[in-house]
Amino acid sequence: MRSVQRTSDDMSLVRDSSLVWLACGVVGVSFGAVSVAGGLPVWVPVVMSLVVYAGSAQFSAVGVLLAGGGPVAAAATGLLLNTRTAAFSLAVAEIIGTGRAARFLGAHLVTDETVAFALAQSDPVRRRRAFWISGLGLFAVWNFGVAAGALAGSALGDTVRYGLDAAFPAVLVALVLPQVRADGAVRRCAVLGAVIALVATPAVPAGVPVLLALAGLFLHRREPVEVTA
Amino acid sequence: MNATVVMMLVLAVGTYAFRLVGPVLHGRVEIPARVQELTSAGAVVLLVALLATGALTEGGGFAGWARPAGVLVGGLLAWRKAPFVVVVVGAAAATAALRAAGVA
Repeated sequence: MRSVQRTSDDMSLVRDSSLVWLACGVVGVSFGAVSVAGGLPVWVPVVMSLVVYAGSAQFSAVGVLLAGGGPVAAAATGLLLNTRTAAFSLAVAEIIGTGRAARFLGAHLVTDETVAFALAQSDPVRRRRAFWISGLGLFAVWNFGVAAGALAGSALGDTVRYGLDAAFPAVLVALVLPQVRADGAVRRCAVLGAVIALVATPAVPAGVPVLLALAGLFLHRREPVEVTA
Repeated sequence: MNATVVMMLVLAVGTYAFRLVGPVLHGRVEIPARVQELTSAGAVVLLVALLATGALTEGGGFAGWARPAGVLVGGLLAWRKAPFVVVVVGAAAATAALRAAGVA
């Protein structure tokens, strides 16, 4: 019965993450298409997606490159955008697992989507399975999408028409809502952080607003000392 | 090696280094309970900030009405505890419908 339970749990994890995969796959197709349409050789977006594996940073780096900003500015922009993955990797370190292979492979799979998906699960076993299922699936779909887009060019046309740009924020709403609802301290920090990020957006480079949001943690008061010790 | 390859390598190595921070520190240094509490709260704060900026802004400016309206539809569905698929598809469909109707 246990394995039956686990299989149906895994199926529900696959079902929920497949939507994230689909949305990211389409974004991957557009990344491949945009890069090649801008004049980069096909292998650049493909290799970049395998080794960098970070959607927004890839878009920005290629954007800077195609706009003539030069490779130094492109790398700096991408790195700035990915700084937040350090904070995410701390939050999911326990979830990834402790084996050497799990740590080194799992680290590469730390993305906004996968972290949100794992943290939204209720128990530690399910969190770990959610991390690996969504992470490996997302890696496969993203890279397949980018390669397909780079080869096919801009066959999809303007993906904004499909409203997919609203899908990722909606995914995040669905995933963080239970935690934000349940924990008042986290809710206060998150609201302050979001306001800081929005106010800062027009004034600072991309990637910085989200990092500034961490200042919202200032509202996270120390929990009363537990007496269980 | 040309400059594009160097750029990709720097970006890849730097990003991987960021991602290794958590897994490498974990189990090696005793992380105080208070810091653990703050990192897990910090992850939620980052995700909410990503969702707010992702819903409302594009390239440093306002993203237009169609996208935040679609995300709001998704948020209401999530609030009513609609299944995940309904939340995500509902948000994208609402945004696509608004755009088809001429709302930017």
